[in-house]
Amino acid sequence: MEQLGRKEIPVGCRGGGCGVCRVQVLDGGEYHTGKMSREQISEDDEAKGICLACKLVPDSDLQLKVVGKWQNQFVTSTSSKN
Amino acid sequence: MSFKGVMRPGHAAIRVLDMQESVKYYVERIGLIKTDEDDQGRVYLKAWDEHDRFSIVLREADSPGIDHMAFKVYSTADLDEFEGKLNDYGQNVERIPANELKGCGERVRFDSPSGHTFELYAEKEVLGNGLGRKNPDPWPEGLKGMQVYRFDHCLLYGSNSKGTVDIFREVLGFDLTEEVVSPEGDRIAAFLSCSNKAHDLAILEYAEPGKLHHVSFMLMSWEEVLRAADIMGMHNISIDIGPTRHGITRGRTIYFFDPSGNRNEVFCGDYTWYPDHGPITWNAEELGKAIFYHDRKLNENFLTVVT
Repeated sequence: MEQLGRKEIPVGCRGGGCGVCRVQVLDGGEYHTGKMSREQISEDDEAKGICLACKLVPDSDLQLKVVGKWQNQFVTSTSSKN
Repeated sequence: MSFKGVMRPGHAAIRVLDMQESVKYYVERIGLIKTDEDDQGRVYLKAWDEHDRFSIVLREADSPGIDHMAFKVYSTADLDEFEGKLNDYGQNVERIPANELKGCGERVRFDSPSGHTFELYAEKEVLGNGLGRKNPDPWPEGLKGMQVYRFDHCLLYGSNSKGTVDIFREVLGFDLTEEVVSPEGDRIAAFLSCSNKAHDLAILEYAEPGKLHHVSFMLMSWEEVLRAADIMGMHNISIDIGPTRHGITRGRTIYFFDPSGNRNEVFCGDYTWYPDHGPITWNAEELGKAIFYHDRKLNENFLTVVT
């Protein structure tokens, strides 16, 4: 997405560390994640489908909501309805 | 000029999410040399032109960031003296026994108002830079990746940064080389030197305490900075910004991230600092130019992405 110039999700460190690309997976899509900073993503967050987009690997089509600290700059059509 | 007292940044203790991936990155890409590991799983690394056993310690943890930054002082007498002064200044000070980090002598650990932990030490096992001290060659063969020469400095982000800056200036003898001042007259960033360098430590005022902005490694030329950027392209290393020029310190630089999201820098070419120069002041209105002299734009990532 980044290489294609798409800007819906903010991009930070790309390493699961800074928390800028925080998103929430909506409606029970299937996915798995790499290791993310526990300071940024708590166990509660994970249970709610919140994760860092840079460490998110989709296993099905997903609907995402941007919930990071820059969400006001990069509001997607999905998130603006919520 | 004397490099007595605090001489230089000695090491940074960095948290990483995945040790195997991180060691590969710091050895194969940055070009550090792995010198040891310990029974806690910590890995010790040095740049080739450093003489002491390590300058980076990696520890696997749940969150990336910096555990502490340590400075080497000239003698054990200096260490004792600084310990006393830090106690008198009101910091929480703790002696860490020798070899708690392998090959490092006793360390004096102290806290700071910005939420960072710092340490001083006087002794560390010497491995040399691989060239010897008699009729040495200019560089060793077999170096990897970006072939950095040394761990050079850190930029730390934290709240109450003024208090931390005061400790370094008033207790540890650092000079303020450059500063960024807000329209209200508050210093929002300080660049501090204990040596001839434009900075050995920089601290920026930030909403959260104890954050790491970057760990910096030195190169010798713009060509080497460009070559480092090529290596980032080859291996899909996450780039933040650059290669470009800083206004502050004049460094030629590129910023990028380690596999855990800790920001790294390789840079070359700041100026020589002397204590009689007096600090350079940047107005916050010129912050774009102060940080990235060509773009002259404030970069949201550079200002807010930290670990």
